[in-house]
Amino acid sequence: MSPEGQRRLRLRFTKTGKVRFTSHRDVARMWERALRRSRLPLAYSQGFVPHPLVSFGLALPTGCESLGEYLDLRLEPSGPGEIPVADLPAALSALLPEGIAVEASALIGEAEGSLQQEVASCDWELEVLGVRDEELQERVEKMLAAPMLPVMRERKGRQIEDDIRPAIRTLSLTSPNGHLRAELATHPRGVRPGDLVAALGTPAVPGRACRTHQWIERDGARFEPLLTSEPGTDGDATQHARRAFPHVRDGIQPEPGGSPPGATGGQR
Amino acid sequence: METLWPQIERILPTVSKPARYIGGEQGAVYPEHAPGTVAWMLLYPDTYEIGLPNQGLQILYEILNERPDALAERAYAPWVDMEAAMRAAAIPLFSVEQHLPAAAFDVLAFNLSAELVYTNLLNMIDLAGLPLHGADRGGADAVVVAGGHCVFNPEPLADFVDAFVLGDGEEVVGEINGVMGAWLDGSPPETRDRTELLRALAGLQGVYVPALYRASYEDGRLASTVPIAPGVPPEVSKRTISDLADWPYPARPLVPLTEVVHDRLNVEVFRGCTRGCRFCQAGMITRPVRERPAAQVREMVQRGLEWSGHDEVALTSLSSADFSGIEDTVREIVDDPDHGGRVSVSLPSLRVDAFTVGTAAEIQKVRRTGLTFAPEGGTWRMRTVINKLITEEDLYSAVDAAFSQGWRRVKLYFLIGLPTELDEDVLGIAALGARCVEIGRKYQKGVTVTASVGGFVPKPHTPFQWFGQDTVAELERKVALLREEARRTRGLTIRWHEPAASVAEGLASRGDRRMGAVIERVWREGGTFQEWSERFDLSLWEAALAAEGLSVDEVCHRDRDSDEALPWDHISAGLHRDFLWGDWQDALASVAVEDCRWTPCYDCGACTGFGLEHVVASPVPPAGGSQGTGQDLSVGDRIPVRLVSRVP
Repeated sequence: MSPEGQRRLRLRFTKTGKVRFTSHRDVARMWERALRRSRLPLAYSQGFVPHPLVSFGLALPTGCESLGEYLDLRLEPSGPGEIPVADLPAALSALLPEGIAVEASALIGEAEGSLQQEVASCDWELEVLGVRDEELQERVEKMLAAPMLPVMRERKGRQIEDDIRPAIRTLSLTSPNGHLRAELATHPRGVRPGDLVAALGTPAVPGRACRTHQWIERDGARFEPLLTSEPGTDGDATQHARRAFPHVRDGIQPEPGGSPPGATGGQR
Repeated sequence: METLWPQIERILPTVSKPARYIGGEQGAVYPEHAPGTVAWMLLYPDTYEIGLPNQGLQILYEILNERPDALAERAYAPWVDMEAAMRAAAIPLFSVEQHLPAAAFDVLAFNLSAELVYTNLLNMIDLAGLPLHGADRGGADAVVVAGGHCVFNPEPLADFVDAFVLGDGEEVVGEINGVMGAWLDGSPPETRDRTELLRALAGLQGVYVPALYRASYEDGRLASTVPIAPGVPPEVSKRTISDLADWPYPARPLVPLTEVVHDRLNVEVFRGCTRGCRFCQAGMITRPVRERPAAQVREMVQRGLEWSGHDEVALTSLSSADFSGIEDTVREIVDDPDHGGRVSVSLPSLRVDAFTVGTAAEIQKVRRTGLTFAPEGGTWRMRTVINKLITEEDLYSAVDAAFSQGWRRVKLYFLIGLPTELDEDVLGIAALGARCVEIGRKYQKGVTVTASVGGFVPKPHTPFQWFGQDTVAELERKVALLREEARRTRGLTIRWHEPAASVAEGLASRGDRRMGAVIERVWREGGTFQEWSERFDLSLWEAALAAEGLSVDEVCHRDRDSDEALPWDHISAGLHRDFLWGDWQDALASVAVEDCRWTPCYDCGACTGFGLEHVVASPVPPAGGSQGTGQDLSVGDRIPVRLVSRVP
C-alpha cells in the first residue's frame, strides 16, 4: 500500500578501499546524511517518531568490499528542482565518502519484493592467505565433495555449529592470482566469507574479500537487482536497466527547463 | 615520508572497530608536506570516537590548515588491541588523514580535556617514537605541546611536554607556528639548538615551557617554582580571545564515517561562564563570558547542517540556556522550513527552572523520554557552599513542568564529597529525588528519577583548590548511606561513579612535578585508558605512589593553608589569588555570590587583568530561574545570601 504518488527508488553502490572498514550501520548513517544533503523528497514513516523509509539490502561484513550493494527508498511526489533519477549516481556519489560510488539508480514498481527477501545468492571473490595455490585447489575439491561442512559460528553471543555446505553453490580458484570465487546462497542463513575460509581449515586465513554480485532468482532466471551502467551510457541507468529488466519502471522526467540545483552540492 | 597505510590495512582486520583508524571524514584535508611548512600533528589522547568531536581540536585544525606556512593532520589513541598490533608490526603512531608516521611532523600538539588520559599521552609520545622525556629530545625531534583545560596545572606532565599553551588557542597557535617556522628554516636538524627554540616559545604570551623553571621543595613539600633562564616570566598568563565573532570555527566541521560521541553538529554559542559554581574549573578558567552574535550562530547552524547532513545541532557552552535570546534562536532553527521541520536542537547543559523546560519542550516536540538537571547539592545549604543557587522551588517547578509536558524520566546530577558536607546533605539527595518522584506521579504512573552522583575532585584555579577531597572509603560510605535511604522510594534510582577513580584524578589534578614519575610508572605497568572504568586500576597508582615515596593523603586528602605554595602558582587564569581565597572563605560560611554578567564586577581578575569585558548581548538576565534573575533566593532557606536582586 503506497500513499498517493510515492515512488520507490533503488540505488546500487560500491564499498571499496578504506571505507570497507566501516560497519553496515556506519554506511546507513552515511546514506542518511547524504540523502538529507541531496534534498531528495524522502518519504517518512507515519507514527510518533517518523523515520525516513530507507531499507538496505543484505549487510556486508565489516572489512569486506563490494561492487554491488543496494538500497531501496521511498520518495514523495517529485517537486521542483529535484535531481532527475538518471543524474542521481553522480549527484549522490559526490555527497558520499570516497569508496562509496553510486553506480545505478532506477524507480522500481510497488510489486518488487524487498532486497532482503529477493536476493538469493551473492558472488564473492576471496583472498586466502597461508596456503599455496595447489594446496588450496585440493582443499576446495575436498570441500565440494563433502556432504557436510560444519563450522563454529557465533549467534546471539553463543557458539553454535552450522553446516555451510548447502549454501555453497559454486567454488573455484581464479587464475592467475589464486583467489577463491564463490557463489554463496543467502537463505536460510547467509554464509560469511570468513566462515568459508574457516571451513578450508588451518592455516588458511581470510585476506581481502569482495562481494562482486548479488542475484535475484525468478522463474528459473537470475538477474541483479540493478545493473550498472555501461561505459558511454552517460549514467543513464534507468534506460539501461529498463532494457535489461522489465520490472524496472521508467525514471521520472527532468523538470522542463530546470537544472538540478541540488546536484552541485559536492564536497568542496 | 611514505604512508603507512599498506602496513596498517594488514592489521586492521584483526582489531576491534577498525573504522577508528581510517580517517576519511568529510572536512578532512590532505595537505602536502613541504619545506617551509610547519607540520602539526593534533592529538587527542583517547579513542577516536571520544576525540573526534572535540571542538578545540577541530578549530585549530582549520585555522592551521588555512595558513600557507602550516599544515595539520590528526591522531587519536589506538585502543589496546590496535596498540599491540602496531607494536608487533613496528608501526608507529600515524595520522588518520594520510596515515603518515608521527616522525613526519614538526609539532605534536595534544588536547588535554581530562586528567585520567595522562598515561595515554605518554603512550602516544612513545608510539610516536619520540624520547619520552623532553630533556632527552634533540634538534631532529618533534616538539611536544599541550593545551586544554587540564594544562592549568601543567606540572604533572612537565617532564614529558615541551610547552604548554594556556587558554584560547585561536591566536597563539599562529604565533607558535611562526616561532617553529623560523627555527626549522633551512637549518639541518643536527645543528638546531632546542634550547633556543624553547626560549623563543617561552617568549610568547600564554606559552609555558617547564624546562625553563625549577621546582624546589622543603621538608617534602613544594616551596616554589621559579624561572631559571633570563627573560622568562615568573608567571605565565592564559590567552583569551576577546570576541568569538572573529572566530567562526569550525566552519567545516568534521563528519566522521563511523559512530562517535556527540554525533551531531556542534555550534559554540558562547565561551566562559560567570555563574560562579565553585567546584567548576571550566567556569573559573574560561572567563569572561563572550557570546557569539545570534546572527552568526544562525549562519553557522544553517551552513553546518547543509554541509554535514546532520539532523541535530547542539548549541554548546557551559550553560547554553543563558545565551541571550536563546528561545528565539532555538525556535528559528526548529521552525526553519529549509530543514523540513526535521532538525532537532539540543542544549547540553540545561538550567534548572521551569522556563528552561519550556524551551526544551519547544525543541523536543517528539521523543520526550528523559530530561537532565544538575542541582549538584542535596540541600540548600550545600548549594550555597558550592554557589549553585538553585532553590527547591526551582527544581520542583522544573520537574513539574517536565513531567506535565510529557517527559517520563528525569535525571539529576549531584556531587558528593563537597566541602563542609554532612550526612544530611547526602541524604538530602534522596529527599529531593523522592519529592521529584512524587511530583511525577501526579501526571504519570511509571515515572523514574535517577540521581547520578559523582565524587568531587577539587581542581586548580577554583576556590576549592585548597580543599582536601574525601577518601575513597568516605565516598563509599556516603554512597552506601544514600542508596540505603533511596531504597525507600520506588521509582528513585541512584547511580554513582567509581569512587576509586577520583583518587587518580585527584593526583593528576593537584600533583606537583613529582607526579610525573608516578604517571610514568602507571604507564609502564600498562595503565593506559584509565578513564575507561574497565581499564582503571587503582592498585597501579598506589604502587607507583609508594615507589616514588609520595602519599595520597598529602596530595589529595589534605586541606591547604592560604600561604602554601601550590604547583600552579606560576600559572595564571587571570583570577586573583585573593579572590579565590575570599570565595573559599565565603563557601565555608555558606555565602553566595551573584553572576557578574548582570551585576557589578567583584574583580575576580579575569577581565581586568587582560583589559577584557563580557560580551553579552542582553543587558538583563534571562527570565526564570533564581540565579541572579530576580527571584528571592532566600526562600530556599535562612542562609544569608549576598545577592542583589534585579528585576529584569
